Amino acid sequence: MSENFLIQLSVIVLFLPLLGFIVTLMLGKKIPKIFFFEVFVLFTGLVLSAILLFGKLTYFSDSRIVSEFKWIDMGNVPVFGSINIYLGMLIDDISALMIVVVYIISFLVHFFSIDYMKGDIRYNRYFAYLGLFTFSMSGIVLTHNILMMYIFWELVGISSYLLIGFWYEKKSASDAGKKAFIVNRIGDLGMLAGLLLLFITYNTFSFEQIFGEIAKGNLPFNSEFWLTVTGVLIFCGAIGKSAQFPLHVWLPDAMEGPTPVSALIHAATMVAAGVYLVVRVFGILTADAMLVIAIIGMLSAFIPATIALTQNDIKRVLAYSTVSQLGYMIMALGVGAYKFAFFHLVTHAFFKACLFLGSGSVIHAMHHEQDIRNMGGLRKKMPITYATFLFSSIAISGIPLTSGFLSKDGILSGAYAFGSLTGHWLFPFIGFLVAMMTAFYMFRLVILTFHGEPRNKDKYDHAHESKFSMAMPLVVLSVLSLFFWYTPNPLSPDAGWFYSKWIKDPVIYTPESARWDFMKTDEAALTHSSAEHPVMYSETYTEALHHSHGPAVILSLLVAISGILLAFTMYQWKKISADKIAEKFKPLYNFSYNKWYFDELYDKTFVAGTLALSSLVAWFDRVIIDGIVDGSATVTKAVSTFTGKFDNVVVDGLVNFMAYLSAFIGLIFRRFQTGKVQTYIIMGIFSIVILLFLFKSF
Amino acid sequence: MNFPILTFLTFIPVVGMVIILFLKKENVSAIKYTALLATGIQVVLAAVLMSNYNYSLGGINEASSFQFAEKFRWIEISDFPWIGTIKIDYFLGVDGLSTPLVLLTAIVTFIATLSSWTIDRQLKGYFALFLLLDTGMMGVFVSLDFFLFFVFWEIMLLPMYFLIGIWGGPRREYAAIKFFLYTLFGSIFILLVMIGLYFSTTETLADGSKVFTFNILEMMNTANYTVDGILSPLNPDNWRFIAFVGLFAGFAIKIPMFPFHTWLPDAHVEAPTPISVILAGVLLKMGTYGILRFNYPIFPELTYQLAWYIGLFGMINIIYGALAAMAQRDFKKLIAYSSVSHMGYCLLGMASLNTMGISGAILQMFNHGTITAMLFLIVGVLYDRTHTRNLDDFGGIGTQMPIYTGFVSVAFFAAIGLPGLSGFISEIFVFLGAFSYDIIRVITIISTLGILLGAGYMLWTMQRVYLGTLKEKWMQLKDLDRREYAMLIPLTLIIIFLGVYPSAMLDVMNASVNSMVKFMQDSQVFFSSITGLQ
Repeated sequence: MSENFLIQLSVIVLFLPLLGFIVTLMLGKKIPKIFFFEVFVLFTGLVLSAILLFGKLTYFSDSRIVSEFKWIDMGNVPVFGSINIYLGMLIDDISALMIVVVYIISFLVHFFSIDYMKGDIRYNRYFAYLGLFTFSMSGIVLTHNILMMYIFWELVGISSYLLIGFWYEKKSASDAGKKAFIVNRIGDLGMLAGLLLLFITYNTFSFEQIFGEIAKGNLPFNSEFWLTVTGVLIFCGAIGKSAQFPLHVWLPDAMEGPTPVSALIHAATMVAAGVYLVVRVFGILTADAMLVIAIIGMLSAFIPATIALTQNDIKRVLAYSTVSQLGYMIMALGVGAYKFAFFHLVTHAFFKACLFLGSGSVIHAMHHEQDIRNMGGLRKKMPITYATFLFSSIAISGIPLTSGFLSKDGILSGAYAFGSLTGHWLFPFIGFLVAMMTAFYMFRLVILTFHGEPRNKDKYDHAHESKFSMAMPLVVLSVLSLFFWYTPNPLSPDAGWFYSKWIKDPVIYTPESARWDFMKTDEAALTHSSAEHPVMYSETYTEALHHSHGPAVILSLLVAISGILLAFTMYQWKKISADKIAEKFKPLYNFSYNKWYFDELYDKTFVAGTLALSSLVAWFDRVIIDGIVDGSATVTKAVSTFTGKFDNVVVDGLVNFMAYLSAFIGLIFRRFQTGKVQTYIIMGIFSIVILLFLFKSF
Repeated sequence: MNFPILTFLTFIPVVGMVIILFLKKENVSAIKYTALLATGIQVVLAAVLMSNYNYSLGGINEASSFQFAEKFRWIEISDFPWIGTIKIDYFLGVDGLSTPLVLLTAIVTFIATLSSWTIDRQLKGYFALFLLLDTGMMGVFVSLDFFLFFVFWEIMLLPMYFLIGIWGGPRREYAAIKFFLYTLFGSIFILLVMIGLYFSTTETLADGSKVFTFNILEMMNTANYTVDGILSPLNPDNWRFIAFVGLFAGFAIKIPMFPFHTWLPDAHVEAPTPISVILAGVLLKMGTYGILRFNYPIFPELTYQLAWYIGLFGMINIIYGALAAMAQRDFKKLIAYSSVSHMGYCLLGMASLNTMGISGAILQMFNHGTITAMLFLIVGVLYDRTHTRNLDDFGGIGTQMPIYTGFVSVAFFAAIGLPGLSGFISEIFVFLGAFSYDIIRVITIISTLGILLGAGYMLWTMQRVYLGTLKEKWMQLKDLDRREYAMLIPLTLIIIFLGVYPSAMLDVMNASVNSMVKFMQDSQVFFSSITGLQ
């Protein structure tokens, strides 16, 4: 197996879904069964990506394989020197793992959709869009430069627009698609600015070259501040895609899309892209940038978790839970727990996809009922859905033996270690608080949906367990959430192949002066590093992480179990009345139930503001600018009328006056012209007399 | 190549026009096919031109590196009172600046001819004027003599006036006169500067004598200015500044640049679909082309001085146009304002004064030409069927006309700069170039808001017209017919092709843009040296 082979493989894996998209879209009308082609393509892609991962980990476990081709050759250019824009693939452990995760989820979603979407009028087009989405996402994962990342970033945006707004007859669906795209673009603006900064500094888009320059000490505008700015700007892209605060508002609305789509783009792929982006550029983040990221992540973990506590729509609870979990990952990156962040990205992808597909299965069975107040008791009717849903809930709550426990615990101990090293204790505190809330709202969801008595008898009676094509993905995904895929030790990922062998420590390129103290490589770290005890950053950090592991495990277990118990007390055993609590803390309840009024706030400020501004501009254009134009025409006309009048009355008047005058004079003098000789003689004599008098007077 | 391809490109439509004038009024299909044939030949000629194009020649200020050049004495009057000898050349040639636009003109005109099939009255007059317009446009892009350029510039004006004024909508007379007066107003400035330049530059004839010249390449050479010429670089008064601004304003009206843009929405709303296509697809580019061809190399020192303002106006166009578009109810007006916004990217890219930005600007001219042409065709297709353009009247067209909506998606997504489609490349190049020039960095960052606003109004329009539930009155709308396919497919293919492989167009312009940037830098050095002398 050669490097070349892996590159070829990755190119095929990238373009297969595009082929599926084109074929399915073009032939969708003519061949009703064409969607099988798309599913088949995805299956092929899955197999190939698995081979890719296997080959990468087995034969090239320590290398980064890069292959690129010149896309745009501007040649030697004045001002810049030579400008070449490359496109290319980067296969390292992270991308090889990620592509497999993307393909697993995408394939299972395709499979699930075969029955879920049955009877839809645009059935084939749905599969085509899934193909386009998978293509875009694969591009993000496999790219080696930031421009190409941005390109696929936008493509993911548009394919999610198409998928979220798939049932575009519903206004709410097309609204949601539009909102998703536009909110994402706000983040993308930041990413674009970051990309521009990188380009003018380094004249290249390639990650490797940029990192290399930064390692050499070449910074944007030669200042660490601008490196921080660059990092934060690029992170803006992640804020949009990963639905982080304050741009998280699109994700819950995106639940208007078909449920399998939610599983695909809102659990495992699109929203994960943001985290993946930060993972990619982690090496150039400064301490300040990391702090910003950690704060955003913390807020995004906390706010949606509080909202999820009170929501009644099964998908919305999951949506907010997704935002919250993504916030976890972002926070983990911010506090330097790089490996755990990626680890959680992978584990979360599986159990959240399982939860979404499970909710899809429930919604399908309940004939598009999504309100959990109308559910209940479904565990008897839908045992497989129930079991997998329950198991994924256990995983997301962070109970041992699940993958969720491993990654979540890792993030919490990372945050704990960070707190102990820097004094920022708020991060671990919020981390544990959110862990408790997560356990609570997940089990609230499980209990209200599957336990107790059915609250809507009619719908309950018609409910049924889903068919194989829908049940199989659920089972696969929940099995993938078991610990042994990642490590032999259910309590710690340290010795596991995933954590210590597959994900490598990040290489930090940021100048030492711009890093956290604990991220400066010290001598001790270099000497003590070994296979059993891999050293991240510095010895101090390893120590801190080591010490935080114990308390973190105990605390996280404690909060998870208390959250679950609380949920049972309130909703299963009904010892505490949820309604009474809601009544007692009415303002808080309303605040949470109304999602902190973010949508209202944004609608009133940004949306209304833009629309008002746009009306103002249109008014200005119509009344002022066109007013001036038309006004000048009117003035010209008025002037010309005036000149016309002047011409008619004054100038012509003068001329005519002269004519009249002469006519008048003529009229008078005509009298003299009598034609009689006698008159003429008399006039002649008179004239001579007058003249004589006149001359005499001189 | 000895074949005078540019002359043919320019005058084939006139030949078509003459034939049409001899045809009987009732012979409708002969008239239509003559026009189609004339524009079709133009496309073929443009393709021939492209295939013989030498990518390494720069053009701009060197007569020898212009391609397919034709030059002979056109007007010669000796012993003219006061002036002496008047010599005006018929001088055509293309370089990387004009070739993309020649190609664009050929393609868009051909497609506009197809779109003209729906014109239902006075066909003979319509197509005759249409072809005359075509000649004017082509001539503008290939002339290298200022006088000749100005003649073509004015030739294009009159047919346009009649095409809007006779075949337009209800307020056609208002729109036509507005268009006409605005452009004429701009022409006056251009004319004055042309005369000023004429009396300031001389060319040396073969016998060593010097005569005043309209040759723009001679105008770019500072050695050719007479010492006492009004626009001579040595003239201590600010005439060159005034001339630059005047010339710029003359071209800016055509772009149209804020605040001279209000003729555009009116003209578009009233013009019949094919004329809108021509207007947006080709005419607007004359403004930006003129600035690049005349202002930049003839007044390089002022271009450097005023680049910030050019960028600023670019930014205003982008943001203002986008905001104004968002408030529109009329589909065509919305697209018209989006043109204002998109042409702002051209200005911004030009203000960068570097290869990235200027390439982006020229590419944006081409891409905007194809994308907006497609957008107007799309509106036209809908208008032909429904006879309304009010955005609130529609809804759910996507369900009724799925294939049409597929094309709509391509055009809309291209307009909002989706990667993989051509609009993205030009936008990103403009941003990269402009951001590289430190004085307009802030302007560039503010301008990026345009892509957000663009997504806003485009997707909102998409939602209002194509998504949602289908209204009952639109239930019998038919999907595209064969002629409409023929209009939309080529444009779609171009948009996708240039999105995936932009080098096809970038390579054409690269050498010229590079020599332009280089030439301007060198001149900048020269000018700063003479300012030092003063």
